[in-house]
Amino acid sequence: MKLTPIFVTAITLALATSASAQTLTIATVNNGDMVRMQALSPEFTKATGIELNWVVLEENTLRQNVTTDIATNGGQYDVMTIGTYEAPIWAKQGWLVPLDGLSADAGYDVNDILPPIRAGLSYEDKLYAAPFYGESSFIMYRKDLMEKAGLTMPDAPTWEFIGQAARAMTDRANDINGICLRGKAGWGENMAFLTAMSNSFGASWFDENWKPQFDQPEWKNTLDTYLSLMADAGPAGASSNGFNENLTLFQQGKCGMWIDATVAASFVTNPKDSTVADKVGFTLAPDNGLGKRGNWLWAWSLAIPKSSQNAEAAEKFINWATNKDYLATVAAADGWANVPPGTRSSLYANADYQAAAPFAKMTLDSINSADPAHPTVKPVPYTGVQFVAIPEFAGIATNVGQLFSAALAGQMTGDAALAQAQEATTRDMTRAGYIK
Amino acid sequence: MARSVSVQAKAGYTIAAWVIALVLFSPILWVLLTAFKTEAEAIASRPTFLPETFTLENFAAVQERSDYFKHAINSIVVSVGSTLLGLVLGIPAAWAMAFAPTKRTKDVLMWMLSTKMMPAVGVLIPIYLIFRDLRLLDTVHGLTIIMTLINLPIIIWMLYTYFKEIPVDILEAARMDGAELWNEIVHVLVPMAVPGIASTLLLNVILAWNEAFWTITLTSGRAGTLTAFISSFSSPQGLFLAKLSAASLLAIAPILLLGWFSQKQLVRGLTFGAVK
Repeated sequence: MKLTPIFVTAITLALATSASAQTLTIATVNNGDMVRMQALSPEFTKATGIELNWVVLEENTLRQNVTTDIATNGGQYDVMTIGTYEAPIWAKQGWLVPLDGLSADAGYDVNDILPPIRAGLSYEDKLYAAPFYGESSFIMYRKDLMEKAGLTMPDAPTWEFIGQAARAMTDRANDINGICLRGKAGWGENMAFLTAMSNSFGASWFDENWKPQFDQPEWKNTLDTYLSLMADAGPAGASSNGFNENLTLFQQGKCGMWIDATVAASFVTNPKDSTVADKVGFTLAPDNGLGKRGNWLWAWSLAIPKSSQNAEAAEKFINWATNKDYLATVAAADGWANVPPGTRSSLYANADYQAAAPFAKMTLDSINSADPAHPTVKPVPYTGVQFVAIPEFAGIATNVGQLFSAALAGQMTGDAALAQAQEATTRDMTRAGYIK
Repeated sequence: MARSVSVQAKAGYTIAAWVIALVLFSPILWVLLTAFKTEAEAIASRPTFLPETFTLENFAAVQERSDYFKHAINSIVVSVGSTLLGLVLGIPAAWAMAFAPTKRTKDVLMWMLSTKMMPAVGVLIPIYLIFRDLRLLDTVHGLTIIMTLINLPIIIWMLYTYFKEIPVDILEAARMDGAELWNEIVHVLVPMAVPGIASTLLLNVILAWNEAFWTITLTSGRAGTLTAFISSFSSPQGLFLAKLSAASLLAIAPILLLGWFSQKQLVRGLTFGAVK
């Protein structure tokens, strides 16, 4: 009996505590820039009194959790970390709160956001997610190995030159591969790279009537080039390699070139982890003279689900985490080389940043050369550079990625992989109602 | 002659047991060693066995980024709570099936087991909606309830198997002496089935401790258990293997110790009734 008053007091105290402070639940991925944001976030709490509850998850788990929550109007999260793939699709579904407050805030300066990134996060000209960090892809190469091969890397190389250089830099006896590219199956893995690469070969996923295009010569040219390049100059077991595996190979001096996310530049030039930190050069992703380069565009961004009960406070947090002052806060704490890249024009005009990040100009040029609204040489009915912004894409592209990865592993020919990709994608698009 | 063959056979079995045990233990050993390496050494293309540079920085980084003790307490509450709740429900159910069977008992047992055959993701949306409407998302008691429900078929099946080994005559004798149902279960059945109940308890604590799908999906920070804690240290871009190993080691350490100290009871319970 004596326990009852204690129990009631404890509940009252707990309720009082929870009522006194507003708490935001933020779902994010375990990337370096996000971890830094989490570490700096007590400054936000100190300034606003808003407590933060962090949920840090592996990328695929995060995607599954936030998609389940937003599709069921679950309300577990107030701020979600999403990418340029989800933002327009979820905005069209009415699942996200438009960030009108940020757009109207002169101090936030929404016009400072890099135009391709802003376009990728908008739907019907309204911003639905604020970019936390943005990336394109470019070529990272070993200047010493290029010189040893008697070649000079152009500012804007072609695929023909990359093929020639990769084969010349390959030194199997010393375990040096001329080029390292993604081979691990997945829509965000090998298909991110191959879709961007196919754009520069004049290929596309679909024609204007949503008919799959894997039976066209442009895709055959893309896949044949990729497979022969990897056979002649790629690492063993490349069909299992994603970002992290190639990063490891490059940092340990096993790759002459690596075409991947611009965010990798800070990793490969960090002498703490990279054995080749002082030997790395950067240049634009290759093209074939068709007007499109093989680079992608992505931005990890912060958005507010419609189910959030704390939308106003959530927008305050997003304002704090993605405005210009945040970049200065990171610079003061960890130096300019560690500020989240790829979101704001003003960062690339900053002399301190340019001095600290030798890859800054090339990152900016790569981002600006991507056009999510017109990603391919031929007209297409979709947006997105290394993806097609339709809900069915993740599933379809993962299937196709498995076929292309099998071709890279030598389990089937490139032609067979393309034929099966065409058949499977046609079937899925017909079922989904795109093909009548 | 027969004796020397027996010694050889024993030696063979011992070696085979050691080899199998080492193979099964090798991933844990790898995690243990990697946790004390630097990130660069952890992902070296020519892997080292012992850490070249012994470091504790991974453990410091893990604790700095995430509250280990909060997750550990949630794990203890959910795994122990769900197992005790499961036993409270499972012991009477198993008693009924073992000592008062009907012609449908086998079907009921199979039906209960069949609920374990469906992949968890198949019922994700309905469970999520129920949790949302009952305001159970991200709560420890919600997680305890779901963990009880998913492990209840195993609890009932294990207890049913143990109870079937207890001679029904003893229970009948207790009834003849005037014992009522409650006394029969609590004072006669349960003391006789202690090894079986203990191993059921231990196994279900371990299963609930290691469950990842529901604990990660139905929580968002406050009620997260150690499986959610581990999940936060995997990264698509960057080096994470050493920190992930440190987090994994911290997460499995309590349950590893529990298994170590209770292995005699666990093995005794799991082999209970195996030899007649």
